[in-house]
Amino acid sequence: MAVKDYIRERFFPHLWCPGCGHGIVLNGLLRAIEKLGLSKNEIVMVTGIGCSARIAGYVDFHTLHTIHGRALAFATGVKLSRPELKVIVPMGDGDALAIGGNHFIHAARRNIDMTAIVMNNRIYGMTGGQFSPLSGCGVIATTSPYANIDNDFDVVELSKAAGATFVARTTTYHVKEISDFIRKAILHEGFSVVEILTQCPTYFGRKNKEGEAADMLRRYKEITTPIGSDAKKENPDLIERGIFLQKENPEYCSEYNAIIQQAMKG
Amino acid sequence: MSQNIKFIQGNEVCAEAAIYAGLDFYAGYPITPSSEIAEHLAYRLPQIGGKFIQMEDEIASLCAIIGASLTGHKVMTATSGPGFSLMQEALGYAIMAEIPCVIVDVQRGGPSTGIPTHGSQGDVNQARWGTHGDHSIVALTASNHQDLFEMTVYAFNLAETYRTPVILLLDELVGHMRERLIMPEKGEIPLVERLRTSVREGVDYHPYLPREDGRLPMSDFGGVHRYNVTGLYHDMWGFPSSEPRTVHGLIRHLVDKLENRIGEIAKFREYHLEDADVVLISYGCSARSALHVVKNRRLRGERLGLLELQTLWPFASEIVREKCAGARSVVVVEMNMGQMLQAVKTAVDEPEKVFLANRIDGVFITPTDISNILRLIQGKGV
Ligand SMILES: Cc1ncc(C[n+]2csc(CCOP(=O)(O)OP(=O)(O)O)c2C)c(N)n1
Ligand code: SF4
Repeated sequence: MAVKDYIRERFFPHLWCPGCGHGIVLNGLLRAIEKLGLSKNEIVMVTGIGCSARIAGYVDFHTLHTIHGRALAFATGVKLSRPELKVIVPMGDGDALAIGGNHFIHAARRNIDMTAIVMNNRIYGMTGGQFSPLSGCGVIATTSPYANIDNDFDVVELSKAAGATFVARTTTYHVKEISDFIRKAILHEGFSVVEILTQCPTYFGRKNKEGEAADMLRRYKEITTPIGSDAKKENPDLIERGIFLQKENPEYCSEYNAIIQQAMKG
Repeated sequence: MSQNIKFIQGNEVCAEAAIYAGLDFYAGYPITPSSEIAEHLAYRLPQIGGKFIQMEDEIASLCAIIGASLTGHKVMTATSGPGFSLMQEALGYAIMAEIPCVIVDVQRGGPSTGIPTHGSQGDVNQARWGTHGDHSIVALTASNHQDLFEMTVYAFNLAETYRTPVILLLDELVGHMRERLIMPEKGEIPLVERLRTSVREGVDYHPYLPREDGRLPMSDFGGVHRYNVTGLYHDMWGFPSSEPRTVHGLIRHLVDKLENRIGEIAKFREYHLEDADVVLISYGCSARSALHVVKNRRLRGERLGLLELQTLWPFASEIVREKCAGARSVVVVEMNMGQMLQAVKTAVDEPEKVFLANRIDGVFITPTDISNILRLIQGKGV
């Protein structure tokens, strides 16, 4: 199947702003799925609320567009009740780690087999540019007009500590990595997290004088580096990209099946 | 055939009845006085190949069962007041997206942490209006174990019939009380199964287009029909829409599908109403004491009757009006500050003849309490 067979064409052009990074994530995701040759009937996409969450409307899978922050909780019900389905959960940074932070760490802790994609634009896009728990200090947002003093989470460290068994990070500049990492994350049996830095030129870019979408993309190239590169040693401020963790641990649905076997024996 | 008689706790009755009804997925978070439901199901569900998961909170619990319902399972969660408060946003989602599910609220005294180990019926209005926006809702209750079994099964049946969340509004007293239950035989209580679409693969399926009889056939996630489910106003495919006609049509549908069928949904029991000049209206644990009063007074020749509501919402106004028409006074017996009283007052022809007999101190309302209040109402002093 071609990428366009995976989309609901009648909803295009999409509602994201011109230059928004979310479309690049969509593209990378579809390429990953195309490469895996998955059937559309076996994929469930679950999202919360946010610009990022609207991604569910565009893909021709079983799509569950839910409430703000709770996508992983809904997804847990879908997956545990029908473990043979592939469950993909794209979320905005606020969706995933502010209101949804508790569900995020607990889904990771259970190591339930699903793919969480954090579309990190470091801002609340949908509600007009307030800061998020991934904005970081110094960021200007509509609710931090003098500069943000809230520390940010490191999604990679947080996911690892919480129990995720596949953790990767890249940016919308690195489109090949997006599809490569998502493909591996879907194949991985367990809770996988792919963080993708994605630009919101409308709010983050404008407020923080990062220029147009193209400038923001170029910046992703400049401020990131592959894991373990020499550049990182010279400049510790660089953000690392790559697959940080990929390990096998008992997966929740398989473990529960073992409980069923045990209980049925009586 | 010998009867299967059990002597168990109300919460266990609810859990067993849910299994009888076809429950095979439960998600929940522990809270007194509902935890025994979770504990019982954690043990029982895997024995029948079903699934139990303890989530990180009540919000996640309701969200998880909604997800599992969409893959074609009969689902339930159970909680008490504080947890029920947390569930309100997801409850609205289940209403909007028309997801069959059962939510048990074993009521305790509130607000806030309140009085966890004591009974109350303080969540009646939260069940009705707890989630935001216009909507209708089904809330059921029961006063004894035999009815509790039936009402639990009924909750699942209504959830499937109307594609809606159903609230089972129990209380600490019934939940923790032990009494006799005659386990219904398999097949004794009819079950409503998920209505699945007959639309074949490749043919356009409309998850949100009601049939002539008002029912909406579903298609399981993972099946051949891929559609969208959202809490936004949506069209018949489930795709977001802000088109005024679609918005209006959907909200009307969500409300009318229940409010227009109150006659079918309403369940109640009546005792000596034929010639009653004092009608007691009660439900749940309070109805036990109310019934006691009615039976005793009847022995003394007094014309008291009881209307026991089993369906609380949608409120059966017509039935209440009719049953109260000949009464000199109507006394609502409940363990709150008059939550059902208001609905009764609105329903009857002469609201000034409606009185409240209540207790709000966490102590079970006794027949003596009710008698004392009746004497006051009848002008006899205590
Ligand atoms: C319970 C609740 N609180 C707040 C909101 C408002 N809200 C909608 S989206 C959003 C944040 C969106 O930011 P993010 O998740 O980072 O996604 P983005 O829009 O940037 O893609 C907020 C606060 C809501 N819909 N529900
Ligand atoms: S507001 Fe930002 S995140 Fe939302 S669509 Fe526009 S650019 Fe994208």
